[in-house]
Amino acid sequence: MTIEAIQEELIDEFSMFDDWMQRYEYMIELGRSLPLIDENLKTDDKLIKGCQSKVWLNSEMKNGKIIFTADSDAIITKGIIAVLVRVFSNQKPQAILDANTDFIDEIGLKEHLSPTRANGLVSMIKQMKMYALAYQTQLNN
Amino acid sequence: MPFNIQKIRKDFPILSRKVNGYPLVYLDNAATSQKPQQVIDCIVDYYSNYNANIHRGVHTLSQEATDAYESARKKIQTHFNAKEAYEIIFTAGTTHGINLVANGFSEILKKGDEIMVSAMEHHSNIVPWQMLCEKTGAILKVIPMNEEGVLVFSEYEKLLSEKTKLVFVNHISNALGTINPIAEIIEKAHEVGAAVLIDGAQSCSHIKPDFQKLDVDFYVTSAHKMCGPTGIGILYMKEEWGNKLPPYQGGGEMIAEVTFEKTTYATLPHKFEAGTPNICGGIAFGAAIDYLNSIGFEAIAMHENELLKYATEKLLEIEGLKIYGTGQDKTSVVSFNIEGIHPYDIGTIVDKLGIAVRTGHHCAQPIMDFYKIPGTVRASFAFYNTLGEVDALVAAVKKAKMMLS
Repeated sequence: MTIEAIQEELIDEFSMFDDWMQRYEYMIELGRSLPLIDENLKTDDKLIKGCQSKVWLNSEMKNGKIIFTADSDAIITKGIIAVLVRVFSNQKPQAILDANTDFIDEIGLKEHLSPTRANGLVSMIKQMKMYALAYQTQLNN
Repeated sequence: MPFNIQKIRKDFPILSRKVNGYPLVYLDNAATSQKPQQVIDCIVDYYSNYNANIHRGVHTLSQEATDAYESARKKIQTHFNAKEAYEIIFTAGTTHGINLVANGFSEILKKGDEIMVSAMEHHSNIVPWQMLCEKTGAILKVIPMNEEGVLVFSEYEKLLSEKTKLVFVNHISNALGTINPIAEIIEKAHEVGAAVLIDGAQSCSHIKPDFQKLDVDFYVTSAHKMCGPTGIGILYMKEEWGNKLPPYQGGGEMIAEVTFEKTTYATLPHKFEAGTPNICGGIAFGAAIDYLNSIGFEAIAMHENELLKYATEKLLEIEGLKIYGTGQDKTSVVSFNIEGIHPYDIGTIVDKLGIAVRTGHHCAQPIMDFYKIPGTVRASFAFYNTLGEVDALVAAVKKAKMMLS
């Protein structure tokens, strides 16, 4: 699936909810379903700065696509990562770099998140794009 | 005046707003307090009617502004029972005051001297001293605390020696709410000839310290936690220290005479007040102190203790909830976690229900390291909070727990 298609799918899913509580409950559920990251990968150099809770993000390249795995010690944060992993993992670096992130507003994440959390969200996306840029640069060389 | 909570709440316009569709329940008072109309009016009045630069103008506005600013200083002096008004230095806040003293001591301390901090300090009462140690070669000692979040006094006594030059302790811990026995701490430090700086950022909204009675050398606090505006605070410094310490910043206001060959410094307090000060802030700080005194510190303490007791009882009924800071002497701060749940998740959910609490390490990482936790949820109450708001907090925490576990 393309990034756009996955984003559309998420917008559809989130549009079913009437209020913030259902939305958060779904986020928490997504957080719980996030595949566990290898404990050995939860090292300090994989930590993303700018989040109040700890967020580890790992990336590897397989068959020209980036696989992201991630974890957090806070469950709502984990839900946010689950959304991002679903959108950006298993995609080509250039596609990740080209992707826009307007869907975050549309699924009601950004407006409902506190500024510190939103910063965490922004940092997570930035980190994912940084990895994509690094892999893309390698491919170009 | 009898304590009338509904009447008091009407003084605070912000308390009637809604957050996320719910009535605001503001329980982040240890971070900053809300402002009563009386203080807001004072700020508006200043800018509407007599805004002018102070201390140098002969015109009427300047004299009115100077009078108001200096009478605020007098008011603060009286409130804290300082011996002289010029022992009250206006600062930008607690952190500024600490840095001013740390800077002064950089010219007094010698290699091998010792300075002492407590294990429950806020970062702003740790970092300036570490910087001072780097600069001077002095050694930083730490007074330990126990599981209850109370300083171990016997260890403090053991650490004191004739090498100790300065002890700095917060009056009340921002993360735990513990009230430290500062009178005893000061007395013991003075026995070995050490000076004491008390960080009163958290205390002055709850209690009214008496500087002369405490015999404290330095006491710093911020107006914004006492119903005043941000960007203004005071450093109380005993006159002898005021004369001993060098100025912190150069500039206007702090000079007596300037030629290109030599500048002589102004006398206290102006020696430490370079540049145009926060005039409006100083005046509004005075108004905030008037407001707090109109309610009365005894009444404030009584009501806040009731809130603390009730909140502690009700929160502890939640299974798996642990409170950090369980000493006998504490102010209306409840720092807690629920087993297996990140404090951040709780803070997020309760915010959705209109409740403002703080989550995280509260700029006191060493305390979090001590308890081996990433942070806590901190509810901090002020005199304008109600028992009903405690119920709202407890209900919200229960709801968060249900969603998150």
